[in-house]
Amino acid sequence: MVSFTVEQEKLKSLLAAVEASMSSIKIRTKQLEGNTQIRTLITHPMENGRNRDKQNNFIPAHHIKELWVMHNNTKVISCNMAGSISKNPYFDFLLKGGEIGDKIIISWIDNLDNSDTKEHTIK
Amino acid sequence: MIKSRRDFLNKLLSFGAYSLAVSTGIFHSPIAGAQWLKARFSLSNYDETISHLFNGEKLIDNHNKIKISRLPYIAENGAAVPIKIQSHFKNITKIYILVEKNPHPLSAEFFISPSVEAEVSARLKMAKTSKVIVIVEADGKFYRRARKVKVAIGGCGG
Repeated sequence: MVSFTVEQEKLKSLLAAVEASMSSIKIRTKQLEGNTQIRTLITHPMENGRNRDKQNNFIPAHHIKELWVMHNNTKVISCNMAGSISKNPYFDFLLKGGEIGDKIIISWIDNLDNSDTKEHTIK
Repeated sequence: MIKSRRDFLNKLLSFGAYSLAVSTGIFHSPIAGAQWLKARFSLSNYDETISHLFNGEKLIDNHNKIKISRLPYIAENGAAVPIKIQSHFKNITKIYILVEKNPHPLSAEFFISPSVEAEVSARLKMAKTSKVIVIVEADGKFYRRARKVKVAIGGCGG
């Protein structure tokens, strides 16, 4: 019994570590007729502050405020948004040019000052 | 590894340059006026939002150089309504997406640098049947295009 709980604890900590290492941002790029399409999917609740939980209390607002895309250290697009963007937001953009090996960095910051960044190399 | 005094000084210098670049914002160079403003996103009336954003500037309606695609005529679920915007104006700097009858009409604003094509897509929440309005700023002029979307189940609040 004791060893079982120890195993369980281990598994839990392992899962937590995996979760922490996973980024909230997914980036895919695709070259289209000389341009590069950047698609991104972000894991985020995007609560707008008007939804209620089961106890009928308001769920506090928690949404991304700013998102920006960098291409080789220059900011190419920036987006400000409200809670009226869908949960787990998806965006796509079209970059002029863009070559294999170029770096794309996408970052966001939300209204609780959480943030995340992910780097991607165009293949 | 730092082997010598010279090496150490070099490292120190490059670190100094890096921190200077970070603090002066070379890596995070903001596109003009791109900060998130609470005043814009907390307005609850469409006309108020428009007058706040554009300050009485003339909006040119229904220009066919703005293409809205992927936006359904009838959205089964207002929690995620896809929209894709393409535009062929020159020197586009901003794209706004508004939903007229949402509690807060302004959904998103995109600041576009010249190295990006004006082609953007996103997914919106819609509280009820309403117009979706896209406003494009190009060369200091504003162009507006709207389309009505019927929503079967609202996306804001249960």
